[in-house]
Formats: sequence, C-alpha cells, structure tokens
Amino acid sequence: MPDLLLELFSEEIPARMQRRAAEDLRKLVTDALVERGFLYEGAKAFATPRRLALHVAGLPARGQDVREERKGPRVGAPEGAVQGFLKSAGLASLDEAKIVSDPKKGEFYVAVIERPGRETIDVLAEIIPAIVKSFPWPKSMRWGAASREPGSLRWVRPLHSIVASFGPETETPELVPFAIEGVEVGFTTRGHRFLAPQAIEVRRFADYLPALERAFVVLDADRRKDIILHDARDLAFARGLDLVEDEGLLEEVAGLVEWPVTLMGAFDERFLTIPPEVIRATIRANQKCFVLRGAPGPDGRERLANAFILVSNLVASDGGAAIVAGNERVVRARLSDAAFFWETDRKTRLEDRLPKLESIVFHEKLGTQAKRVARIAALARALAPVVGADPALAARAARLAKADLVTEMVGEFPELQGLMGRYYAAEQGEDPAVAAAIEEHYKPLGPTDRVPSEPVSVAVALADKLDTLVGFWAIDEKPTGSKDPYALRRAALGVIRLVLASEARLSLRAQIAAAASGHGRDAGAFADDLLAFFADRLKVYLRDQGARHDLIDAVFALPGQDDLLMVVRRVEALGRFLDTEDGKNLLAGSRRAANILRIEEKKDGRAYDAAPDRALLTLPEETALAEALRNASAEAGRAVATEDFEGAMRALSSLRAPVDAFFDKVTVNADEPALRANRLALLNALRAATREVADFSRIGGEGR
Amino acid sequence: MTATDADLQPTRSFQGLILTLQRFWAAQGCVILQPYDMEVGAGTFHPATTLRALGPKPWKAAYVQPSRRPKDGRYGENPNRLQHYYQFQVILKPNPPNLQELYLDSLRAIGVDLRLHDIRFVEDDWESPTLGAWGLGWECWCDGMEVSQFTYFQQVAGFECAPVAGELTYGLERLAMYVQGVENVYDLNFNGREGDEKVTYGDVFLQAEQEYSRHNFEAADTEMLFRQFRDAEAACRAYLKAGEPGADSNDPRHRMAQPAYDQCIKASHVFNLLDARGVISVTERQSYILRVRELAKACGEAWRRTDAGGLAGASPAGEAPAA
Repeated sequence: MPDLLLELFSEEIPARMQRRAAEDLRKLVTDALVERGFLYEGAKAFATPRRLALHVAGLPARGQDVREERKGPRVGAPEGAVQGFLKSAGLASLDEAKIVSDPKKGEFYVAVIERPGRETIDVLAEIIPAIVKSFPWPKSMRWGAASREPGSLRWVRPLHSIVASFGPETETPELVPFAIEGVEVGFTTRGHRFLAPQAIEVRRFADYLPALERAFVVLDADRRKDIILHDARDLAFARGLDLVEDEGLLEEVAGLVEWPVTLMGAFDERFLTIPPEVIRATIRANQKCFVLRGAPGPDGRERLANAFILVSNLVASDGGAAIVAGNERVVRARLSDAAFFWETDRKTRLEDRLPKLESIVFHEKLGTQAKRVARIAALARALAPVVGADPALAARAARLAKADLVTEMVGEFPELQGLMGRYYAAEQGEDPAVAAAIEEHYKPLGPTDRVPSEPVSVAVALADKLDTLVGFWAIDEKPTGSKDPYALRRAALGVIRLVLASEARLSLRAQIAAAASGHGRDAGAFADDLLAFFADRLKVYLRDQGARHDLIDAVFALPGQDDLLMVVRRVEALGRFLDTEDGKNLLAGSRRAANILRIEEKKDGRAYDAAPDRALLTLPEETALAEALRNASAEAGRAVATEDFEGAMRALSSLRAPVDAFFDKVTVNADEPALRANRLALLNALRAATREVADFSRIGGEGR
Repeated sequence: MTATDADLQPTRSFQGLILTLQRFWAAQGCVILQPYDMEVGAGTFHPATTLRALGPKPWKAAYVQPSRRPKDGRYGENPNRLQHYYQFQVILKPNPPNLQELYLDSLRAIGVDLRLHDIRFVEDDWESPTLGAWGLGWECWCDGMEVSQFTYFQQVAGFECAPVAGELTYGLERLAMYVQGVENVYDLNFNGREGDEKVTYGDVFLQAEQEYSRHNFEAADTEMLFRQFRDAEAACRAYLKAGEPGADSNDPRHRMAQPAYDQCIKASHVFNLLDARGVISVTERQSYILRVRELAKACGEAWRRTDAGGLAGASPAGEAPAA
C-alpha cells in the first residue's frame, strides 16, 4: 500500500518547539485523513533543527466508492415534485432513475447515485497546504517579499521547501500536487548545512532516512540523544570522570544539531574554588554544555572535574580542535565572570547589602523587600519557640535571607537565590543554622520538594510564607481558577507540610493575626477566608496522601479548628475508628438520631437541646443510654483536652451497645409529649457527644 | 599584497574587520551609512533601522554604530564588558530568501573557516520594550560564542512590518577578539600594525571606559538628567505636533518625524543613564520605559505619513506616487 513522505524544510526551529511540532504534524495529518475516511497502518513524525518530517505508511491509493439510493416521488407525481427530485439527485431526466414498485405505495422513482472514491493523493493535496497554513506554532512569523501583503504564510522561521511524495513501494511515487506561495514543493531536500549542503533527491521514506544519514543528518531526535549520551559517557569514562546527566539539557542540545559530535574541553583548575552549583549553572545556561564529576575531595564531598562536554554540529577538518579551543575560551570568560562575582560578592557582608533592599519593590501594595524582611524577621522570632528554634538565630537568618538578591551572582543566575546566600553566610562566619536557613527558607517549593527539618529553617520558612499569604490576602490578590501568579497555593501547602513535618503546634488564626499586624492590618476582614483556603489546601494534600476528604470536613466543621497538626491527628484517629465495627455502628446510630431530630425539630419548630431530665427516663434502655452518654461525653471531652484522640474514640465506642439497644426497644415518638421531648433530648445528647471528636453529619460514604 | 592590505586583514586589525564587513555588504547593494550622531543603546535605534523598517519601501543599509550601555561599564577592569562598544548593523527590507547564506558568507569573508568552526543558530526572540518592537530570530554562535544577532522584524513602533526586514547585528569587539585570538578586549589590535606603530583597543578606549564608568555610576547629574528627560519628551511631542500638515493644506504628509524621533532617542539614552545611577525604582522603571515607547510609537506613526515612510509609495517601487 502507498506511503506518504512529507518534509517541511525551514530555517532553524527553536529546540524547545521541535518535539511538540513533530507530534502536532503527525496528529493533524492523520486526523484529517481519518476524518475523510482514509485509514492508515502507521505514522511517525520527526524533527531536526531544520526540518519536520512525517511518514504515513499503508494508505489506500484511493478512497472507497460510495453508492447511495435516493427515493423520489411516485410515478405520475406533479411536474414540480419530479423536477425537484431530478435536481437534488443530479439527474438529467427521469430516464436515469429506476422505477421501484411497492405493494402499499405503488410505483415510485429511485435515483442511484454512485460516487467513486477520491484519489488519496488529491485528498493529500487538499489537507497538507491547509495544515501548513494554520500550523499551531507557539510563536510564528512572516518573512520576505510576500510579507508585504496581509495574510501571508506564517511559520516558526522562514519555510523554504516541502517534499510531499505519495506512492506504493513498487512504483515511482508521485508528487502531491499543491502549491504554497514562496515555498518550493518537490522531491528535493538538503543535508547538513555545512557538511552536505547540496540538494538531495528523495522519493520515499525508505530512501529518505539513509539519504539523510549519508548527508550528515540524524532524523530521529531520540537517536541523536542516544548518540550524545553514549558518546558523552564514553568520553567521561575514558578520562576517569563521571557525566553529570541532565535530561533537560540533553533534550535541548539534541534540538540544536543535526549531526551530533561530542567533544570534551577543559578549564583551569583554579575555577574549582567556585561553588559547583555556580560552575554548573554557568556552563549549562550560557554554553549548553555538560559538567563532569571527578574523584571526591579530601573531605569526601563530591567534586566537579575541571572539564566539560560540548556537543557540536560539525565533523571539523581538524578533528574539532578549533571548536574545543573556542568553547574553552568562552567557558573561561564565563567562569572568570563567575569567579569575579564570587570574589566581589564576598567582600561585602550580607547585612551591609540590606539598605539596597529598600529600593527594591516587592509588590506595589506590599512595600519594599526591606520592609518584607523586617516583617519576616519579627514573625520568625515569634515562631521560633513554637518549632524549637533559637529566636535570635531565627531572626538573624530572616534578616539575611533576601540579602543575596542584590549580589552580582544572583543577579546573573537568579536560580541560585538562597544557595548563594548560604555560601556567603557560611563564608562570613554565620552560625551554620543561619546559613542553612537562608537557603532553606524558600522550601518546600512544591509537593515533592524536601521539607527542611532544622528548626531555624522551619521558623524562617514559615514566617516567609505566612507573611506572603497574609499580605496578598490583605490586598485581595487571591488565586483564582488556574491563575496563581504569586504561587500562593504553593505557599499554603508549604506551611502545611512544614507544620506537619516539624509537628509544630500553632494556632493559624493567631499567626495570621500576627502576620497581619506586621502589614499594619487587622486580620478580621480576611482571616476566615484565609483559614478556609488552608483547609482546602489541607484537604487536597491529605487526599493525595489517601485520606478521606469528608473526614477532614467533619473535623473542620467543629469550631476553632486552626491547629493543623491537631486537625490531622484527629482525622487520622477518626479514620481508624470508623474502620472498626463499633465506629461503623455508632456512625449509623448517630445518623439515625440526627435524622429523627431533624424531622421532629422541623415539625415542632423548636430545638431539643436541653439536657435530658433523669426523672422522665422510664425504660431501662433510656436510663442506660443516658448514663453511657454522660460517661462517654465526659471521658471523650477529657481525652480531647489532652489531645488523646484515640482515647476519645474509645470513649465513644462504649456508646455503641446502649445506642443499639435504645433504638431497638424505645419508641422515640411516644404519645406522652413529655416523654417524647425527653427522648429527643437524649438523641440530641448523642449528637453532642459525637461532636466532641467530629461533626458526624459531614461524614459521607457507605450506609448514608 | 601591500603591507597596508595585510594590516587591514580582518584577522589582524579591528578596523580591518569593519572595512571587510562594509565591503561585503556594499557588494550586496547596501548603502553604507555612518554612525548616527546621537547616543544610542544599540544600532537598532539608528533611524536607518527603526524608521526605515516601517512602510513598504525596499531598503538596504549597513553601518557601524557605537552603542552606549551605561550600566555595563566596569571601569575598564573587565576584559569582556564595556559601556561603549561597536555594533555592525545590517538591515535588508524585505529580507532576501538567502539571508542566512549571506550571513554565513560574511563570516567567511572575515576569515571564519566554516569547516573548522561550529556555527549555530540558537533561538533568541528579540524584543525592545522601549521601541515597541519585536522579531523572531537567533543568536548566532561560533564555537559556543554569541557573535551576532539575527532577527526578522515583525513589529516596530507598534506597527506590523510589511514587508518584514531582516536585521543582522555583529558584536564587533567579540568577533574581533575571536578572529584575532585575543582574550582581553583591550588587547585587540586596532590598526594592524606591529611594534611602535601598533595601536590597541585599550590605547583608544581604556581611559574612556574608566572615565565614563565613573561618570555613569557616580557623577552624572541626575537632576539635570531628569530635566533632560522631561525636556526631550516634551520636545518630541512638540515637534510631532508642529510637523502635522496644516488644516488648509492638501498635503497629508507629516513634516518633522525625524527631528521628533531624535528626541525619542535622547529620552531613551537619558533614561539609561538614570537607570545606571540607580535612581529609578523598579516600579518607576516600567513607567519610564512606557513613556519612551509612547514617543517611539508616535514617531513611527508620523514617519508612516512621510515619503520615505511610504505614504505616497504604498505601491510597488518604481510606480509614480499617487497624488
């Protein structure tokens, strides 16, 4: 069966767009074919810096014939009806219709319309230019003389030529007949820009791939990646070094070359005094080169080697010597810059940089970075005892935490913020906990990022996030839908993870109030809303951990639940309790009680929230339940007060038997109104007792 | 080859590099212009690029432009960074289909052997917030070093480019350091002579770098600069207004787009100086950039109503302008 070979040859496509573009091309072409009823056996798309290519295998030469019968008017129908029929069926006269007779309807006309299937190549000639003209590039451009007119072709960079060939393996494939202004359509492509610039004739995929390889083009990005990775590892191994692998960088460099040639360069050993993260950032961001690990240093710590791997696009006539020398020069210049930053930055103590933060606006409505630092320091000092940190160290760390933002190094490599502060703090002899906190106060940066455990780090990290959250809530800049420009969801999740991991006991409401006063605001207006936001984030977090979100609701429904650690402990205890038989039965009983109460309270228009009158307890099951409720409530209350949630659940579990017996033997809606009222009060006492641990009415699940 | 010819090899002298590029682009039909006589941050600001990129008329030009980046000054102590440096700028409107090939030929012309050196086109989308301009293109790398920028202008002064111009910017010092094999910009051979007659880049510019760094970071009179910014802004608006066709005139042309644009350039440079002095806060910064952009847009709009801007020549070149 015939194949399609399509190649779109252009100027250099940005590396980050290539993979997606190849996939889009495959999907757009095959979807358009399938939509028109053309099925295929397989399709694969490719991208290099200069081309997108698509191979669709096993297409039919032409589409299926369509035969359709269309019923017309009866024989002898008025002229108008006959003419309408002829016109709609595309017939010249009634001679072309056949007559069918039906025992009920008599004789009538039928038109047989036969449409032969379209040639696949014609369909392709329709599909391809349409896709080219509306290709979904993230950014596209116009070019050349054609761009004088509005609506001229757009592509990611100038598109020069297209190969579009269709045909079976055994015959010479044909050119798909279409034209796009300013673009050559034919069987001609080109090889590597420098190594094989001459035109290449290609007709089918089976020839295309090897022809490109001969012309120094590896079509498949994954193969280019493989080649680079293996060559890089081999080069490193041969020198007794270890490649620092980097998938993002590998993907990018594979999109910068058609013919990868991996080479190794070196830099002066003296640069190894620069922190390894800086060396890596420099070489990676600016040069798109890989760094290498050498033998561990005398202190056993991992060390970079004074070498790097570069990926060139050229088999150079001198074996790459000039390319390596050129790259080494650039790396040397970049590392000299970095060394210069590292030297000069260390000449100024972090605290001496603080005045500069006064001129940096954090947010128009939230003041400067200096003001922010002052707020965070006050909060961190106050939070320190809660997480077991030294208040003075926490305040010190917070004060210095943002100072590296105005260092040369972070100015050049923003991704090193925090880390550089840590280095500089250690260099100027700060307490190790302070240095660590400067780096770690940004953490955790997401659901999988490490949570700091050093108490000083925890204090500053909490203070930083609470200040941010409260600040943005105060100016009403909350996340909406998918928009969360200040990463406030991440900040709230960070607070939750920090509190839980450090088992810190704190009242969020009190902390929100404290943070708000730092902003010179009263938290009253937004504290509830921010607490609800925390509750939502906690629900998402616990759900991801496998907890039932209805249990979280059941706990949050109780008043004053703003201690995250206690909420989680209670949810855990509740979950375990509800897994037991006692728990399930008590839940069923309390639901039944709640239902009865709801109905009766509505009917009577009053609440039955008075304590049951002992004098009105007539049946032994009533007395027993009343007794059990008194004991269980007291016991559960005591247990909750000492944060013994398991104990509270145990106390409640003693209610199961009396509750079951009560429902078994006692008629709640007694004829005697006083008895009825007292029994309802008893049910209310049951509801109240369970509320010692959670709002059972919020619990969903089985048996509802 | 005479001794002078040898001195002027692009691999031997900074001026030889410039002369070679000028000859190369002159051979492609470019007018070889001289630097614009105002302080600018980049060759793009030259009206031969900014204004000529607008409108339908074909245009080919090449020129050297001294570029001033007050913030990049390093008191002459950094071997790679300068507050004053040279760009070689080429603009071809519309861009010819083989612009990449022409660029590579220009590299060959200055002595880069493309079988030895790894040339790469690495994505770099260009945007000038102050000019209201953007385009798509690349950084051109030679053995890992960025030696040029290559841009297809899509918009300038807020207007779509129709047709699109191709712009090439060569970083002359970097390129010269590369072809001369020099590590420090101040060691570049400027005139190609050796011994007593040799003049280096440092001989010409080191003292200037020191003096201007001092000026830019420490001494530039900020009160005067703030005043100059306001004055330039007001003058730009005033000239634009004064250049409008009179109510009683049948001539729809704007008559003072270029003098107005000079004031836009001036405002932009004054802003850069204020920025280097550190007296513009982050929030203010944005509003200053916007103010310059508004000027650039207004100048571009006026330019489009001039002859060179294509008012009368909206038809293809050669046809008589409509009345």
